[in-house]
Amino acid sequence: MEAIYLAIPLAPLFGAIAAGLFGKKIGRAGAHWVTILGVAVAFLLSVYVAYDVMGNGNSYNGTVYTWAVIADIRFEIGFMLDNLSTMMMLVVTFVSLMVHIYTIGYMHEDPGYQRFFSYISLFTFSMLMLVMSNNFLQLFFGWEAVGLVSYLLIGFWFKKDTAIYANMKAFLVNRVGDFGFLLGIAAVLLYCETLDYVQVFARIPQLSGANDFKVFEDTKWHIPTVIAILLFIGAMGKSAQVPLHVWLPDSMEGPTPISALIHAATMVTAGIFMVARMSPIFELSDTALNLILIIGATTAFFMGLIGIVQNDIKRVVAYSTLSQLGYMTVALGASAYSAGVFHLMTHAFFKALLFLAAGSVIIAMHHEQDIRKMGGLKKYMPITYWTSLIGSLALIGFPGFSGFFSKDLIIEAVHESHLWAAGYAYTLVLLGVFVTAFYSFRMFFLVFHGKERFDTHGHGHDDHGHHGHGDKPHESPWVVTVPLIALAIPSVFAGYLLDPMVVGSFFKNAIFVNDAAHGFDLGLKSWLSAHLAIEHMSAEYHGVMGFILHGLMAPPFWLAMAGLATAWFIYLKDDSLARWAYDKFRWLHTLLDRKYYLDDFNQNVFAKGSVSLGNGLWSFGERVMIDGFVVNGAAKAVGWFSGVMRHLQTGYLYHYAFSMVAGILLMLTWFLFF
Amino acid sequence: MLDLPILSLLIWLPIIGGLGVLIVGDRSGAKQFALGIALLTFVISLPLYTYFVPSTAEMQFVEFIPWVEAFKINYHLGVDGISMPLILLNTFITVMVVIAGWEVVTYRISQYMAAFLIMAGIVNGVFAALDAMLFYILFEAMLIPLFLIIGIWGGARRVYATIKFFLYTFFGSVFLLISLIYLYQLGGSFAVADLHKLPIDIIPQTLIFLSFLLAFGVKVPMWPVHTWLPDAHVEAPTGGSVILAAITLKVGGYAFLRFALPIVPDAAAQLDWLVILMSLTAVVYIGFVALVQQDMKKLVAYSSIAHMGFVTLGFFVIYGIAKNTLNISGAMNSAVLAIQGGMVQMVSHGFISGAMFLCIGVLYDRMHTRDINAYGGVANRMPTFAALYVLFAMANTGLPGTSGFVGEFMVILASFRASPWIAFAAATTLIVGAAYTLWLVKRVMFGEVKNAEVATLQDLGRREFWMLAILAAAVLLLGLWPQPLTDVMEVSIKNLLSQALQSKVCSGFAGGCP
Repeated sequence: MEAIYLAIPLAPLFGAIAAGLFGKKIGRAGAHWVTILGVAVAFLLSVYVAYDVMGNGNSYNGTVYTWAVIADIRFEIGFMLDNLSTMMMLVVTFVSLMVHIYTIGYMHEDPGYQRFFSYISLFTFSMLMLVMSNNFLQLFFGWEAVGLVSYLLIGFWFKKDTAIYANMKAFLVNRVGDFGFLLGIAAVLLYCETLDYVQVFARIPQLSGANDFKVFEDTKWHIPTVIAILLFIGAMGKSAQVPLHVWLPDSMEGPTPISALIHAATMVTAGIFMVARMSPIFELSDTALNLILIIGATTAFFMGLIGIVQNDIKRVVAYSTLSQLGYMTVALGASAYSAGVFHLMTHAFFKALLFLAAGSVIIAMHHEQDIRKMGGLKKYMPITYWTSLIGSLALIGFPGFSGFFSKDLIIEAVHESHLWAAGYAYTLVLLGVFVTAFYSFRMFFLVFHGKERFDTHGHGHDDHGHHGHGDKPHESPWVVTVPLIALAIPSVFAGYLLDPMVVGSFFKNAIFVNDAAHGFDLGLKSWLSAHLAIEHMSAEYHGVMGFILHGLMAPPFWLAMAGLATAWFIYLKDDSLARWAYDKFRWLHTLLDRKYYLDDFNQNVFAKGSVSLGNGLWSFGERVMIDGFVVNGAAKAVGWFSGVMRHLQTGYLYHYAFSMVAGILLMLTWFLFF
Repeated sequence: MLDLPILSLLIWLPIIGGLGVLIVGDRSGAKQFALGIALLTFVISLPLYTYFVPSTAEMQFVEFIPWVEAFKINYHLGVDGISMPLILLNTFITVMVVIAGWEVVTYRISQYMAAFLIMAGIVNGVFAALDAMLFYILFEAMLIPLFLIIGIWGGARRVYATIKFFLYTFFGSVFLLISLIYLYQLGGSFAVADLHKLPIDIIPQTLIFLSFLLAFGVKVPMWPVHTWLPDAHVEAPTGGSVILAAITLKVGGYAFLRFALPIVPDAAAQLDWLVILMSLTAVVYIGFVALVQQDMKKLVAYSSIAHMGFVTLGFFVIYGIAKNTLNISGAMNSAVLAIQGGMVQMVSHGFISGAMFLCIGVLYDRMHTRDINAYGGVANRMPTFAALYVLFAMANTGLPGTSGFVGEFMVILASFRASPWIAFAAATTLIVGAAYTLWLVKRVMFGEVKNAEVATLQDLGRREFWMLAILAAAVLLLGLWPQPLTDVMEVSIKNLLSQALQSKVCSGFAGGCP
């Protein structure tokens, strides 16, 4: 069995190496075959392992090899396979497989074809190492490795100035998160003496009463709070939470398949996964959970608002991703980890679908991404149209679609939470539902319905010349549409896993919820991964249909319908309302268009500030002080001194004779009298 | 096999071989001869690893010949887990340097090769010397080949750079000599092992420590005595830069472990804050300075200083760790981790900085400029080179899976126990280090082809490719599996720690001071 576990990440790695180092030899078809084969093997084996772990309950925790042993600290590379990690493996390998197939169509004219396949397979390997890890070292390894591949892929078109700016920005902002994450790992090692998950989780409750973290001599903080917040800073970077979200919209400079795979479905959810995995730590700190609620809710609502004013098809979806990541974070803050992870899974399907559909539209539009220049594509691209509709309905949480189950669960969970930040979070996630529906269907209507606003003659990139300019747009080839359909299926039906995954005790061994800390009667709960909200809902849960019926009467549904209707009215019926709002609230539009001025702030304060600081240190500290004053100053002082001393060497015999006589006199005096 | 005087061979073979190269002169075959010597030295150094006994802290492969009996100076050689990896690093890098100069150096080629071979022999001696005077002599002798390398094959301002480099380092070592003579007066022996056991009062300890700090701090180099390094790097030929960064700097770090910590532990414990402050300044301040450099070599030179800051931080943070009484066994673990981290960082920096300078050399050989603004879009013309360059850049930013990660990770983890704020300051390198490195990559590698010169660039030749590929393999291997390195150092480091944390002031000794 260990061999199979090992083969799951290694198969994509093999594909990546083959396509990356020997891309020229194996050619374009060779590259996509070898990588697709690698990922397909990983997917099939993941299914097999998932069956074994989920079905037969054979979870696994073991070491692959020892990285280093320093004194008594063991650093190891190892796997932990339980319901949480195998679910992630299924999601990662399935979406990755779809994206690999899709890439054949999307990138088929790109000169960097083999390189692209190599990167996405390498990404799959890194992501699998991240989710399968059983210790913090490997987690950090995977964490940074996916960041690296993200850097390489955002900057895939390295001639584009915007792309190479975006990839550097992404890496640096992620590094800010990693900075906190690494310190968090250091704190874990300090207090637990190990980096192994199981051992850490066993020791961490003993620290829950300890306010021992010495910040200064007299200031001591609660240890689990410090650890949890430091780790969460890492999650904020990777999962693009405010204020470390700024890299994700810019990451859209990369090719669309990776926007789907990395910047929507998998990598950005690593932070969510990490917090869920670390639930035994987070559960010990209400302070950390409150912080998570605030950050998550802020991201969920305010990033959604920006989505309304975006005109680039990919950026709308990107802001929607930010907003949805906010929802997942909120779930974590409310201790509804299973709901967060559930939304992670459904979101992976429908958001990957939406991105790939956007990519399909972009191909048809000859790489035009402005939704104001589209419209009426429904009749030209039926498969893209219908799958997009499914994705959008899932996104807004239309009853029966996957997003409905997961999002409703989160909203309910926040509603039931007793933390003080829960009220703020509940208001924002509820309003966020309206916003989500509005921007989603604004985009949907602008792209697929209404007048055809695209230019059928003329522009277009030369590398896409043979698509036939002047023709009407047409549906994409099967390598593009098949993944769309394959992703549309779980976008609808993944929600029905609600029954076993959330209501049941699916994550009982992987997720820990500290019911006692949240004021529960321990006697009431029948399984560990219950939290108040979910427990409450399970008690009232009467099957999927009941859940849907309940949803039809709940406020989120009506808010979503209102958003959809508003979008329909404004963008298909009568846009005078939009004009009125635009005139009336121009300041708001500007604020959203400038993304709350956060990019400007970062650019002016952090980027320019660092360069100015560097220049200051360089010109003053290095050149004036150390080199100018001390080093060259010493040289000058020696020069000056020898210049003075030179005057003693006059060369006149009587000077020397005089000093000899004076010296002899002095010495005689000394010896005679002292 | 073990009866061979391996250490002597490692010292004298390259030196005599270097003289041989000089005799061959600039005829054809000089390069091949030099490469043969370098390879042979490397091969001879391998048994040091394979026959090394990692379970003891005793010196191994010991050689002892009385030399100047009047002053009890001996030709005394031996290695432990701390010096052995550095010797291997040296013999390995020397091969790389000989290959790097292969087609590039056309002027006085035999002398160039000879200088590097002699340098290799001397450095092996520095790492193997167990007699303080022998160490000192070789420590100083190291300057001569480097002085010649920069002075003869260097750039336009090479005279300024060599004088600065020479005086700077020489100034530091004078104090070392005085300290060693004082120690000889005190204990009557130059043997390093005797010095380790010699009780010394706190005031002389402090003075000795300060002189060590100056001598070794200049070599490392530590802020604020680092400004010779960027100048020396900028003017040095590629090979010189590689040796300077990969090997010479390590001598400073090694000397801290061999001399400063065990000989004057009380002073080190008292002044650890000073060294930590200097190290953190190196990490943070120098990081920002690196950010604004316009000269590629200067940028990498400053990045070297920042990375060496982790070495000294790891070595001196042990006193703070030992003071944290949260958990005694945990404190020992963290202290070992800190020194291990510093050592791994030294070896890793040898690979990475060597590779970075070789990469700059590859570009310089084609474009004859190191100005970052002259480049842009190199990846369009040199894809293979770009891939390797990005790999080394990522290693420079401490990406997990590369060797650059291992040392920094260990030092940050360990220093968290001394103080979260030390770890905090050190971890800023994650951001600053990534900023200057990736900005360099962006400006040099990415974008459209910037100008006509870039447009004519040719990708790596076979020699250049293998040179960089071997280093890339080393960087990845050490990053993915550092255990073979950490295991051989473990026992020696534990032994060192027991010495470094043991008070040596006279009152602590039964017999008092001699």
